[in-house]
Amino acid sequence: MLELIIISTLNGILFGMLLFLMASGLTLIFSMLGVLNFAHASFYMLGAFFGFQISRWLGFWPALFIAPLLAGALGAAVERFGLRRVHRNGHVAELLFTFGLAFVIEEIVQIIWGKSPVDFRIPSSLDFPAFQIFSTNYPAYKMFMLLASITIFVGLLLVLTKSRVGLIVQAALTHPHMVGHLGHNVERIFMLVFGVGTALAAIAGVIAGPALVTQSNMAALLGPILFVVVVVGGLGSLPGAFVASLLIGLIQTFAVSINGSLAEAFGPLSPAYAHTWLADIWDVTVAQIAPIIPYLLLVLILVFRPMGLLGTRET
Amino acid sequence: MSELTTSVAPPYPPLSEKLRFYGLWVAAALILLILPKVFGSGGALTTFSLIGISIIFSLSYNILLGQTGMLSFGHAVYYGLGGFLVIHSINLIGANKLPIPLPFVPLIGGLTGLFFAALLGWVSTKRSGTAFAMISLGVAELIASSALILRTFFGGEAGISANRTKLFRFFAWNFGPQIQIYYLIAAWTLLAVIAMYALTRTPLGRMCNAVRDNPERVRFVGYNPHVIRYLAFCFAGFFAGIAGALAAINFEIANAAYLGALQSGAVLYSTYIGGVGYFIGPIVGAIFVTLLSLNLSDMTSVWQLYFGLIFIAVVTFAPGGITGLLMMHRPLIKGGSLGRVLPYYAIAFVPTLAMIVGLVLAIETIVHYSLNPSGDPNIRAFGIGFNASSPIVWLIALVLIIAGFFIARRTWSWLAHVWDEALTTARDKGYHT
Repeated sequence: MLELIIISTLNGILFGMLLFLMASGLTLIFSMLGVLNFAHASFYMLGAFFGFQISRWLGFWPALFIAPLLAGALGAAVERFGLRRVHRNGHVAELLFTFGLAFVIEEIVQIIWGKSPVDFRIPSSLDFPAFQIFSTNYPAYKMFMLLASITIFVGLLLVLTKSRVGLIVQAALTHPHMVGHLGHNVERIFMLVFGVGTALAAIAGVIAGPALVTQSNMAALLGPILFVVVVVGGLGSLPGAFVASLLIGLIQTFAVSINGSLAEAFGPLSPAYAHTWLADIWDVTVAQIAPIIPYLLLVLILVFRPMGLLGTRET
Repeated sequence: MSELTTSVAPPYPPLSEKLRFYGLWVAAALILLILPKVFGSGGALTTFSLIGISIIFSLSYNILLGQTGMLSFGHAVYYGLGGFLVIHSINLIGANKLPIPLPFVPLIGGLTGLFFAALLGWVSTKRSGTAFAMISLGVAELIASSALILRTFFGGEAGISANRTKLFRFFAWNFGPQIQIYYLIAAWTLLAVIAMYALTRTPLGRMCNAVRDNPERVRFVGYNPHVIRYLAFCFAGFFAGIAGALAAINFEIANAAYLGALQSGAVLYSTYIGGVGYFIGPIVGAIFVTLLSLNLSDMTSVWQLYFGLIFIAVVTFAPGGITGLLMMHRPLIKGGSLGRVLPYYAIAFVPTLAMIVGLVLAIETIVHYSLNPSGDPNIRAFGIGFNASSPIVWLIALVLIIAGFFIARRTWSWLAHVWDEALTTARDKGYHT
């Protein structure tokens, strides 16, 4: 039991940190441009596939740096040549633009790499057990994922709060006109933030790709959960996104490892009901409903705290 | 006081205008009636049925997006639940020999949609804007994933099926042949379109528009925007349920795809491409997108990619959709200055077409090389054959894209210039819309 708790906590924090890598970029972009980037998870997927392709040509470590740069450049181009143009058509058009983009990226990935999962392997230098808890070997690669995401998180925090660029970005979040009057190129800051945000998602993709499945539906699978994270945390709140990422990461990881069901707790259902819909609810295990737990959490949050955990804005 | 109301209230419409208005609906009914006489083939009837379903679904979606300003990514939930309930109802009615004929069954779907919209809507419509969009997505994922867990009711991956002919006969019709299903769908489409048009003319419909444009002001006037959003959501759910019911009757099956994200995306596409600004927009969009998706899939293997690109192009260049584009020309036609613009359209059309042809060539070549690199390089796309391995084709594609892009950009700016002049002339004559 203790073993399960420790392993699940580690995995939960790991999944939560990966979520936060993406949610942080998404939140920054939303606070600044006022548009929720529907294609954010697609850049995560692009990161994974770029990482896969480059690691075939050059190896994993160059891929870890080149793939996010490529995806970030692509993201910046999307902002510069797409979103900026659509901006005058209003927020709905901007959101729909990124929605269409997500669809197109998925199609393109399917055309280039196919629908089935690609063979993105853990680099051999990290393919060993890091330590042993009770009887379970904990893989080194997962420790690397955890360290990498925490490093990036700390780095992002330092850049945002300490560096000059970070201060300008923070100022542009709340007072874009004032920042413009002070002589900074606000549009370029927007492009930069969009590029960096998508690059962060791509990093998450490169390091998660070998551990999870690199497949053309990975964006569609993760995207909705990502939006749950930003809504539950409070739209536009970075600390909120952090709390919600960890929360959802932990809840989902723990749920997956629990095999209990109502039938196990209260005994099997009487045979008279065995073929009704009640049996479905009675026999389903917690692990089976793990995928819908984030959405249940979303509904609960909306009922009791519509602005999100740490959100302040009403819309 | 009475003086004020008479001067503010719009004038009572003259007889000629009323005749034109009702004539339009009668004409629509007649067209629906004789359509199968003109195009009687089985394929055409199926297409018409699909279009009818799509029209109801898109119009119901536009109650949210166009009328109330709520962008939903989960409208298929109400469509799908309506469909499932109807399949179960048909099975139930057939098994118990209840005296309910098939034409009344779609109402069950509508009520199901209404019920679930009423249930989930209050939470969903608490917030507007981006938050509403994300919430609708989350609720849709919740329902779609639950559908895979509740296997007895939703039938898992395979879905559940029913036999529509086992029901109580409606006069002499048993609704086996597609022509009878066509008339069933056509009748419901006409009814639903009239009902939804009427809804836009009610005070509630007007308040929906007000909530879309300025919710703060609505609150000042004494209405609660949340309640209005909720009511609009319920109506949208009702009509989506009817559409889902008709789809279930048409295919005699309901499966998890009815509820899924793709279905929600499809209705968003057809509504937006048609145009959300006018009542007729979603109808145009439903017809266009249904025909496009049926025909494109025959012409190219990557039709979904083209579909996405068309959508992005509409969002970027024509946010008003097809109807928005057409309606833009109304003042010019009335003002008589359209003739000045037309030659520039012709000029801009050529390089734009060249660029599109180049893009299609490039896409099809790349697709050929990634899907079957060792296959026959002589491929066909859109009915035209070409050699994907020939460098000449690559060069042509490249030249068409680059040259087409730069020339097109220049010609479109000319067009914009002439357009502005023509519009000014029309406005000077007093034609603003």
